[in-house]
Amino acid sequence: MSTLIVISILAIVVLYLGLFKAKEALLPVSVLGLVGALALAIMEWNSNAAPIFSGMMHFDNFAVAFSSICIITTILVFLLSKNYFEKISNNVAEYYTLILFALTGIIVMVSYHNLSMLFVGLEIMSVSLYILAGIKRKDFASNEAALKYFLMGAFSTGFLLFGIALIYGASKSFDLAVIAQYVIDRPTGIDPIFYVGLVLMIVGLCFKVGAAPFHFWTPDVYEGAPTLITAFMSTVVKIAGFAAFLRLFSICFAPLQDFWMPTLLIITILTLFVGNITALYQTNFKRMLAFSSISHAGYMLFAIVALGAASTNAIFIYAAAYAVSSITAFAVLMLVKVKTGGENFEDFNGLAKSNPFLAFALTIAMLSFAGIPLTAGFIGKFFVFNAALTQYHTWLVAIAVINAIIGVFYYFKVIVAMYFKENQTKQIATPVYFNFVLGLSLIITLVLGIYPSFITNLF
Amino acid sequence: MNLLLLLFFPLVGALVTLLNGKFAKQSALISSLVTLAFALLLMGDFVPDASSQFVVNYPWIPALGINFAVAIDGISMPLVLLTTGLFPLIILSSFGRNISQASFYALTLFMQFGLLLVFTATDAFLFYVGWEVALIPIYFICALWGGENRIKVNMKFFVYTIAGSLFMLLGIIYLHLQTADNSFSIASFYNLNLDAATQGWLFWCFFLAFAIKMPIFPFHTWQPDTYTEAPTTGTMLLSGIMLKMGIYGVIRWLIPVTPFGFLTWGHLALVLSVIGIVYASIIAFTQKDIKRLIAYSSIGHVGLIAAGIFVWNVQGLQGAMIQMINHGINVVGMFLIADILIDRLKTREIATMGGIAKVAPKFAIAFLIIVLGTVALPLTNGFIGEFLLLHGVYQFNIWYAAVAGLTIIFGAVYMLRMYKAVMQGETNETTASFKDINGSEYLVLAVVCLLIIIIGVYPNALLHISEASVENLINQVNSKLAF
Repeated sequence: MSTLIVISILAIVVLYLGLFKAKEALLPVSVLGLVGALALAIMEWNSNAAPIFSGMMHFDNFAVAFSSICIITTILVFLLSKNYFEKISNNVAEYYTLILFALTGIIVMVSYHNLSMLFVGLEIMSVSLYILAGIKRKDFASNEAALKYFLMGAFSTGFLLFGIALIYGASKSFDLAVIAQYVIDRPTGIDPIFYVGLVLMIVGLCFKVGAAPFHFWTPDVYEGAPTLITAFMSTVVKIAGFAAFLRLFSICFAPLQDFWMPTLLIITILTLFVGNITALYQTNFKRMLAFSSISHAGYMLFAIVALGAASTNAIFIYAAAYAVSSITAFAVLMLVKVKTGGENFEDFNGLAKSNPFLAFALTIAMLSFAGIPLTAGFIGKFFVFNAALTQYHTWLVAIAVINAIIGVFYYFKVIVAMYFKENQTKQIATPVYFNFVLGLSLIITLVLGIYPSFITNLF
Repeated sequence: MNLLLLLFFPLVGALVTLLNGKFAKQSALISSLVTLAFALLLMGDFVPDASSQFVVNYPWIPALGINFAVAIDGISMPLVLLTTGLFPLIILSSFGRNISQASFYALTLFMQFGLLLVFTATDAFLFYVGWEVALIPIYFICALWGGENRIKVNMKFFVYTIAGSLFMLLGIIYLHLQTADNSFSIASFYNLNLDAATQGWLFWCFFLAFAIKMPIFPFHTWQPDTYTEAPTTGTMLLSGIMLKMGIYGVIRWLIPVTPFGFLTWGHLALVLSVIGIVYASIIAFTQKDIKRLIAYSSIGHVGLIAAGIFVWNVQGLQGAMIQMINHGINVVGMFLIADILIDRLKTREIATMGGIAKVAPKFAIAFLIIVLGTVALPLTNGFIGEFLLLHGVYQFNIWYAAVAGLTIIFGAVYMLRMYKAVMQGETNETTASFKDINGSEYLVLAVVCLLIIIIGVYPNALLHISEASVENLINQVNSKLAF
C-alpha cells in the first residue's frame, strides 16, 4: 500500500522540482523514488494482506507482482528519457509527473478490490495518457493521437461504467468479494441485467487492452504519440489492463465461464489474426510494433479464455517477456530515428555493421517476440499454450501456432534489414543510459529464457 | 566421462572462438576436435546393449515438470559420433575459403550444441529447445554468407521449419498434459495409452516437423534452393547432420510415442517416401547445376532411409541407422567436391566442366570414391546401408522394394553421368588450369574416402552399436500395437 502513497507523493515532488527549475534533479529523483516504491512493494510479498480502506483495495501477491513489473518497466522508460523530453518540449517536469500519475492509476488498477476503484484507477491512468499522447502540441500527428485516444477512451469508459452500474444493480455491491458470492450463491437464476453488465465490461476492458475489434485506435495513437510514450503505453499500460481484466474475471466471474468464454474466444481469435496479418503489411517499424502489440494482446487473452490456476502465472511471465523486448525495440528505434530521421524498415539497413550491439540486442528482442527458445518470449508462449491446453482449447492453440508462424515473417524483416542489407550509415552514438537499459533487457530476456524457474513458481 | 562435458563444450568453444577474432578458425577446429575426443571417450565406455547410459537428470523448470535430462543409448550414439566426427571435417573444409569472421565459426559451434542436445535429450521440452537452437545459427550462416538469393530462400526455409516445429510444440504440450506424473520425460510419453484418434492427429503434429526437416516429398520444396544458395559449410551442416534430426525424431519420438497414429498413417508416410525417391531421382536427371543435382539426390537417399523406418522392422531400422552415418559422410564429401569445383571454375554448370581428371588426378580419385560410395557399390559404405534398407522394405512389400530399388539404378546413372561430364573428356580453357587439391582439402577428402572404404568393408562395428536398442524399440512398439 505504501507503494501507492510513495508514487503519488513522488509525482507531486517532481512537479515542484519542475517549478523550481531543478531540471537536472528530475530523472534521479524519479528513478530513486520508483526504486523505493518497488522495494516497498516487494516487502509486502506474502504478507497475507487483507482488503484495506473498507475493502477498497487489496494488496495481495497478485498486486505486488504486477505492480513490480509495471514499476520496473517505468524505470526503464525513465532511463531512456534522458535528453529525450528536453528536445520536444520545454516543460520537462510535466512528462515525469504525468507518467508517475499514470503509474499511480496503474497501481490502483492492479490492486483494486472494488469496482469503483477499478474505475478510478483507470481514469487516473487514462487522463494522464490523453495529455501525454498529445504533448507535442505543434505536431499534427501527436494532436490526432491525443484526440483519437481521448474520444475512444471516453467512449469505452462509458461502456465500462455502464457495465459496472448494471452489475451493481444485480448484485447490490461494488465489492469484488460480494459480487463473487452473488455469483456462487446463484447457480441458476442470475439476474439478466448482470449478464448485460458483464458483456459491457468485456467491451470496455477490450478497448483498453486494444483487443480486436476494439483496436482501431491503437495504430494511430501509437504512431502519433512520442516514441517513448508509445513505449510506455504499449508495455506498462497494456500489462495493467490485463492485470485488471484477469483480476476481475478470476475473482468474480470464474463460475460463469460458460457464458463469457465463447465471446472472449472469438475476440481472441480475431485479435490474433487482425494483429498479425496487418502487421505483416507494415513498412513502418513503429506501426509494425503497434500491430504486433495487438497480436501479443491476443496471446495474453488466451490465458483469460482458459481461466484457471495457471492463468496468472502465464500472463505474468508473458507480460514480463513482452515488456523487456518492447523496451529494447523502442530504444533501438529511438536511436535509429535520431540518426536517419525515419522509422521504416530500410532505416535499419546495415545496423549490424555500424552498431553490432544494438543489432544483437534488437535481434534477441525480435526472437523473443517470435517465441524462439532460450528467450523469455518462448517461455511466455509456452506457459500460455500450456494454460490453454489444460482447458482443452486444442484448436485455439492450433490457431495461435499459425499466428506465431505469421509473426516470424515480420519480426524477421528487421533482422534481415539489419544483417543482410547494406547501407553506409556511420556508427550511431549510444548514450550510456541506453546501453544500460539494452544490456539489462538483454540479460533479463536471456535469463528468463534459459532459467525461468525463479518466476514460474510465484503463484 | 560426463555427458554434460560433451554437450556444453561446443558452447565454450563458440565463446572462445568469438573472442578469438584472429585465430577463429583454428580455435573452432580445436574445439570441434576436443568435442570429438570427448565423444570417442564416451564411446569407449559405451556398452552396446539396449539401456540408456551416461544418464544426467537435473530439474530445470519444476513448475511444469521439465528436467534437463540427457542420456545416450544405441540409437543416439551413432548420431553423436556422426555430429562430432563431421564437425572437424566441415570446419576444416572451410579453411581455404575466404570466410574468416569469428561469428561464422561461433555460430557453427553453437549449432553443434543444439544438434547434440537433440540427439541426447530424453525430455521432450529439452528436445524441442535443441531443435530450435540448431535452427537459428544455420539460418544466420546461410543468410549471411550465402549466394545472391539467400534472403528470400532462407526466409522460406526458416518459416517452413519453424511452422513444422510449432505444431510439434503443440503436440508436446498436449502429451505432457496427459502424463500421469506431470512430466516431459520420454519414458512417461512412451507409457501413455491414448486412443487412436488422438494419436492420429498427434502423429501429424510430429510428422510435419520431421518430414519438413528431412525433407520427405511433398514437404521438400525449400530444400534445393536452400542447399544451392547456402555457403558450402552451411549446406554440409544442413545435409550432413541437420536432416538427421528429422530421421532421428521419427525413430525416437514419432513412432514410439504415437504407435496407433503410426498404424493409421504410417502407410501413407511410406508411400510418400517412396514417391519422393522416384520423384527426386527423376528431377536429379535433368539438373544442370551440380549443387542442385546433389541436393535432389539427397532427397532420394533420404526418402529411402525414411521408407526403411516406416516399414518398421529390424533390417529397415538398422539400415536407416547405418545409412544416416553413410549419407552424412558421403554428402559432406560430395558437397566439398562441388565446392572445390565451384571455387576453381566459378560456375555451377556441369556442361562447362570436363577433362579435370587429366589435370587433377588426386581430386579425380577422391571424387570417384565418393561417387561410388553414393551409388552404393559393394565394399563402399553405401552398399550395406541400402542393402539393409531394401531388405527391410522387401519384407514389407515387394513392389515398394522394387520401386525403391530403382533409386540405386537411377542414382548410379545420374551420378556416373555427372562424373563423366565433369572429369572425363577433353579439357577446355577453364578446366585446363584446374589446380589439384591441396592442404586442408586433401586432408578432408582423404578422411572421407577412408571412412567410406572402412565402413564399406567392416560395417559391423557400427551396426553393433545400435542393434540391441533397435530391437528393443521395435519390440516395445509392437507389444503396444498387439495390445
